[in-house]
Amino acid sequence: MSRSLDHSARTFVFCALGWLLAAAAHAQEITGAGATFPGPIYTKWGEDYARAGGDVLNYQGVGSGAGVTQIINRTVDFGASDTPVASDRLASEDLLQFPAVIGAVVVVVNVPGVDGDTLRLTGPVIAEIYLGRIRMWNAPEIQRLNPSLALPNVPIAPAYRADSSGTTNIFSNYLAAVSLPFQTGVGAGNSIPWKTGVGAPGNAGVAASVINIKGGIGYVEYAYATENGMQTPLLQNRAKQFVRPTEAGFSAASVQVNWKDAPNLAATMLNLGGPATWPIVSATYILLPRNPSDPARAARVLKFFDWAFTDGGQAATSLRYMTLPPEAQAQVRLRWSEVKGPQGPLWPPQ
Amino acid sequence: MMSSVYSTRAGAGLASAINDRGSRVSTPTEDALARKPGIHLGDTVFRTVLYASAGVVVVSLFAILLIMFLGGRQAFETFGLEFIWSTQWNPVKDLYGALPAITGTLITSMIALVIAWPIGFGIAFFLTETCPRPLRSPLGVAVELLAAIPSIVYGMWGFFVLAPFMATYIQPWLTETFAFLPPIGDSFFWFAAPPIGVGLMTASLILAIMILPFIAATTRDVLITTPQLLKDGAYALGATRWETLTGAVIPAVRGSLFGAVFLGLGRALGETMAVVFVIGNATRMPDSLLAPSASIASVVANNFPESEPGSIKLAVLLALGFILFVVSFGVLAVARLLLRQERMS
Repeated sequence: MSRSLDHSARTFVFCALGWLLAAAAHAQEITGAGATFPGPIYTKWGEDYARAGGDVLNYQGVGSGAGVTQIINRTVDFGASDTPVASDRLASEDLLQFPAVIGAVVVVVNVPGVDGDTLRLTGPVIAEIYLGRIRMWNAPEIQRLNPSLALPNVPIAPAYRADSSGTTNIFSNYLAAVSLPFQTGVGAGNSIPWKTGVGAPGNAGVAASVINIKGGIGYVEYAYATENGMQTPLLQNRAKQFVRPTEAGFSAASVQVNWKDAPNLAATMLNLGGPATWPIVSATYILLPRNPSDPARAARVLKFFDWAFTDGGQAATSLRYMTLPPEAQAQVRLRWSEVKGPQGPLWPPQ
Repeated sequence: MMSSVYSTRAGAGLASAINDRGSRVSTPTEDALARKPGIHLGDTVFRTVLYASAGVVVVSLFAILLIMFLGGRQAFETFGLEFIWSTQWNPVKDLYGALPAITGTLITSMIALVIAWPIGFGIAFFLTETCPRPLRSPLGVAVELLAAIPSIVYGMWGFFVLAPFMATYIQPWLTETFAFLPPIGDSFFWFAAPPIGVGLMTASLILAIMILPFIAATTRDVLITTPQLLKDGAYALGATRWETLTGAVIPAVRGSLFGAVFLGLGRALGETMAVVFVIGNATRMPDSLLAPSASIASVVANNFPESEPGSIKLAVLLALGFILFVVSFGVLAVARLLLRQERMS
């Protein structure tokens, strides 16, 4: 009895092993490298895709800059960048760019004695804080926006990303868009000459700084704010409405973009109109060679993102990312035909 | 000289080996081996390996220095020598200067030294002179354990424990106590700053704790080597412990003591991970001793991952590395010189 059980168990193990080996032999690897911000969702998509019988994705979150370099050197199948690559560079390196997923940046605060979730701020006021011109939480500029709150006489401690970061790029582009002094005095980019405040490494570092320092203010990806249970003030949008950071507010930004006319599908979603729109929303991008040296691999990459657009929505939402609106997805699929092998476009698959 | 070993019979070989090498005693096995021609080859190989091992250090040292210099040359070519004392740091416009990072590095290292030196010396003198014997070994181990803690642990402890403590208690106290210090021009205010926890002072404290075991251990070794005769003489003349220390021990080993301190300074200059957590990572000129700042090592660590090959930013980081290398090298050279002077006298 026990012997036969033992035997059947062994058979089962062998069968399982054989099946695994067969699956592994069938599944091919696709490689990607770049931005850290979408790293979690690409990895999750990769896992789900492999489970659904697709290829195995090997994604390395090495940073946007490194991702661009690697795809230019063609050492990976696709590159990923938080910021769109300039048109002339795309042309000279023969790269196709498309948005893959949408994320939002939120402001987080730690104001002693005040529920940060009820605090109201505007873009220009945040810019003045980061310029070092508004230094106290009970400054008249902030008090005016929050007549009902008893703001403390505590110095503001702005926190920012010490490392070069796409999050900083999105946030500084927003501040530069709403504040002329910030645009001329600091500018926008992955790493910028901050006038005041402390730098911390990574989203987690900024989140920890704000939690740690009384009077702290910072900016993080939405996921970090929700996961750490941080207080996120209401922000005034272009329609002069104070809005809370919600998925609905992020989607409101992505649906009003004219994706069809966006050059290289790089559309700004910062400070858009609409009463419910969250003002700091941005897409993160994928880069593919238009002339892949291995067309079969490139076709598999397209198949992977096709699957991700169709079936990866739930995974994206669970990790607090926004999927592209249907119109944007259609535009992206249209552009995929620019990726060509010797027999012509690799998309749609023959 | 060696050939006689191989050419003679066993007995004569033994004798000549002893004659050739003075008091050396050779066992019969060794002697039997000595007659095989292989031993000569073994010796040569051994010597070559030794030379190669030593060579690895020299070659890698100069290779690193060379690569840093070649990689950073673009920065010096673009900004000129002014790069070293320029205070601008604007990644948006690709304008860089090294002074903020150099200032942060030097200030934190100096303050760390000022804090760690007396304490480290105190520990060392206590361990060698006044410590009760049963306490000596556990205390020594505790000091050495302090050196074994990884710097990332110091960093996280500094960020989560020390920084809030500094913000709540130490920084307001410093601001109040030293309010009388007149500011230097309108750009440096000593201790007048909002209490945010991280910054130059917190980084200095962490560095002080990190270099403390090095200073204590090296100083202890120096003090142990102080001739007992000297101390006995001082005590015999009726000197107290304090008088013996200041009148006999310290003058005798002054150079070595400086050497110990400079070794600690060398470590403080290059410390990276712990500093990244607590210095505040602000590549600006600090306006107070509590202000967030940046060190050369922290700037490189923060910016390296996203610096593209061939970019001016990468050149700037390598040039910063070169500057740090030169500063550290200078510090160690001074330390060596002082230690040698001591040995000479």
